[in-house]
Amino acid sequence: MTGRVARSAPRPGVVPSVGPMRPSRLPSIGERTLDNGARVLVSRRPGIPRFELQLRIPTVRGAKAEDQARMTLLAETLLSGTPQHTSVEIAETSQRLGGSLATGADAEWLIVSGSALSTSLSPFLALLGEVVTEASFPPEEVSVERDRVSQELLVALSQPDTIARDALWARLYPEHPYGRGTPAPAAVARVAPAALRRALASRALPAGSVLAIVGDVAPARALGAVEASLGEWAEGTPGAADQTRLRPPRPPSPGPIVLVDRPGAVQTNIRLGGPALPRQHPDFPALALANVIFGGYFTSRLVDNIRERRGYTYSPRSVIEHRAAASTLWIGADVGTDVTAAALVEIQYELGRMVATDVEQLELDAARRYVQGALAMAVQTQAGLCTYAAVLATLGLDIGYLRSYPAALEKVTIEQVRAAAAAYLAPSRLVTVLVGDAAAIAPSVGAVAEVEVRSVP
Amino acid sequence: MRKPLPAPSLLVEHLELPNGLRVVLNPDRTAPTVGIATFYDVGFRSEPEGRTGFAHLFEHIMFQGTVSLEKGEADRLIEGNGGMTNGSTHPDFTNYISQLPSNALELGLFLEADRMRGPRLSEENVRNQIDVVKEEIRVNVLNRPYGGFPWIDLPPVMFDGFNNAHDGYGSFVDLESATVDDAADFFKRYYCPANAVLSVAGDFALDEAVMLIERHFGSIPRRKAPARTNCHEPRRTEDRRATKVDPLAPLPALAVGYRIPDPIAELDKYLATVVAADVLGGGEASRLYQRLVKRDRLVTHTIAMVGTFGDPFEMRDPTMLQLLSYLVPGIPPDKVLDAVAEEVDTLADDVRADEVDRVVTSIVSEYFRQLDNVLERALVLGVFEQQRARPQLVNELPEAFGRVTPEQVGDAVRSMRAPGRAVLEVQPGAGQ
Repeated sequence: MTGRVARSAPRPGVVPSVGPMRPSRLPSIGERTLDNGARVLVSRRPGIPRFELQLRIPTVRGAKAEDQARMTLLAETLLSGTPQHTSVEIAETSQRLGGSLATGADAEWLIVSGSALSTSLSPFLALLGEVVTEASFPPEEVSVERDRVSQELLVALSQPDTIARDALWARLYPEHPYGRGTPAPAAVARVAPAALRRALASRALPAGSVLAIVGDVAPARALGAVEASLGEWAEGTPGAADQTRLRPPRPPSPGPIVLVDRPGAVQTNIRLGGPALPRQHPDFPALALANVIFGGYFTSRLVDNIRERRGYTYSPRSVIEHRAAASTLWIGADVGTDVTAAALVEIQYELGRMVATDVEQLELDAARRYVQGALAMAVQTQAGLCTYAAVLATLGLDIGYLRSYPAALEKVTIEQVRAAAAAYLAPSRLVTVLVGDAAAIAPSVGAVAEVEVRSVP
Repeated sequence: MRKPLPAPSLLVEHLELPNGLRVVLNPDRTAPTVGIATFYDVGFRSEPEGRTGFAHLFEHIMFQGTVSLEKGEADRLIEGNGGMTNGSTHPDFTNYISQLPSNALELGLFLEADRMRGPRLSEENVRNQIDVVKEEIRVNVLNRPYGGFPWIDLPPVMFDGFNNAHDGYGSFVDLESATVDDAADFFKRYYCPANAVLSVAGDFALDEAVMLIERHFGSIPRRKAPARTNCHEPRRTEDRRATKVDPLAPLPALAVGYRIPDPIAELDKYLATVVAADVLGGGEASRLYQRLVKRDRLVTHTIAMVGTFGDPFEMRDPTMLQLLSYLVPGIPPDKVLDAVAEEVDTLADDVRADEVDRVVTSIVSEYFRQLDNVLERALVLGVFEQQRARPQLVNELPEAFGRVTPEQVGDAVRSMRAPGRAVLEVQPGAGQ
């Protein structure tokens, strides 16, 4: 708020005007690169007596399913024991510090996220250092996790959303680790503890790793505590050069709609996808705005059409997802079986309209404010800023991005949005995958486009 | 000994407008954002027979335009000024939320006041949202494995009263019979200022926010708040069990429900129950996880939660503690139930002080994490006012959890041994 507002009688229906946004302060980030090559970023963000951390370790996957299974299980068993502590002791310690530790992995990164009370910073970092450098993968624990993870994957693979995501990414990037989707339960069940120990020692290395810490902590003290906990993390022997980054996937080739048959399904999961620009590209701000106007927020054209006018679906969306070797734009809508073909036609119509005609100035301004506001809100919490700091660092960007990106959005023109839409939203450039009841939808969908029916893998 | 727990010191202001609207405010100028949450004392437990799902459908209808704004206009104003907005329907309330850059505070308040003045009802918009809600139910319940488990499936096993037992998403038959007149009646009855709480947190000066709230909400006419739906029902004295075949599920699942103390009238006992739930099934360090997942390998995952959606502070009595497990194929559910009963017995006689300490520390720390987000803070303040008329609990809660003793946790666990449990077994139908 800037200044007082005069006391006056309300006039219902008259929308109050909105003044300029109060600028946020750019967070200050302390940075150090440890001797072993790991980068550490610390930002003091008081407010609540806690901190968040995220450690991203580059662990590029091989092309084979076995490697995907191995690296998935590695993440799931990283907290299962060290020479000093059992898995239950690790879980108890973390709770006692008012914290939690979680692990995850994708095609490029092993990610350890955690948070705890600020008074526990040193012991919590010691725990982090211990699991990252000394995880011992006790055979009994690995055996429990192997069974548990394979069964959870079986459950995941029964979810239509997972089936649709896997089918889209396989259609987009066949022959590439990005196209692998959910790991096969059987492959996970075959991973041996020794393979996990080898993978940790040879592939989870400090070089290229980024640790971000954000919270009610003094940066100098935090950096000291990190030196103590991760300073001994051995440099190891980096793998072959081609193992440190994935080659970019081949751009998807156009083709018929892939219809994955799910007999009896009461909905069809519609997914379209194609390549997009990386965050660092000068045209990315224009593409981001084109995406938002098309289907990236509630007041987008897609939501207005297939939800608010036609009632075909609950949460249609359009998303740009960034990975190191490729960015992807994908569109999703889960629609009633009987309106599948009609919904598909409307999605294509809205895509075509983005390409064939200019967006309105009001649409562009609203999208701009929305993206700027969403970014500002995302980095206001310790957790949000921590994720941003870590991810930006892995992209080679610094925190100044929180200033430069909104400024770049400010300059985007209607013509630039149209050009970005033509390059990345044109229906002819996107591939389409449907998951639904083939017997019910193949005839009507087949009447509007060529369809190839497959069974659930 | 437990380390001293941190305590929040949020500035909390409470006021009531002459029309009965209760307002809670938490000014905090650290970031240029505000969170606004408006609660109405009507949830899906308020629905009468024949009208299942209406509270939720009506929440959708409240986004379909107002007396002064066209459908979609409010969303456009919020998002187009850098904010976000949503609504959600719970057992005992419905809320509308927005998070905005603080320069748009007055806009956000105007839009909530405008909604409170009345929706723009049309046959077309009601039909449209019935279709949207049906797709919401398909995506979250009908087209997925474990849809509605356990929030729709367990209450009818646990409870007899229609309000407590029925499906809050509603049947398609009931939804399709909804009319514009029903919506007008529902608004008139439940959506008056005296039945609402407005909670605002974030970047504003207190006197300015009070003035803006008076300006926009003050002239909404006072109407009498409706009598609160009586959801009371006696505790059962026998166990009850049901089976559901889920045609899409690949593995069996099990939910066990236990009636617990009144969240409001018996707060101390209730907090001990929340701690007991975490000692039993709050993450990997918990007793049930160690026994069922790690030692006996009976289940792939197990978790305990309090309240229908796992938020212990959003419900009035009656409510339950729920234990959820996903079973390893081939394991008989009774084997899991026996192991659970054994663990409850063991814990009842031997609650360790150190496990209560670490669970309490973890709960308090997680609570602070929630308070870091300005909208979450508005929600916490709002729900404490709406359910308990006690917004200052936002600052007192960590200390209250800190007072929970192992003896009280033992009492909470011992009460789980009494008959009256509800057991729901989900049998997988996938691939059969």
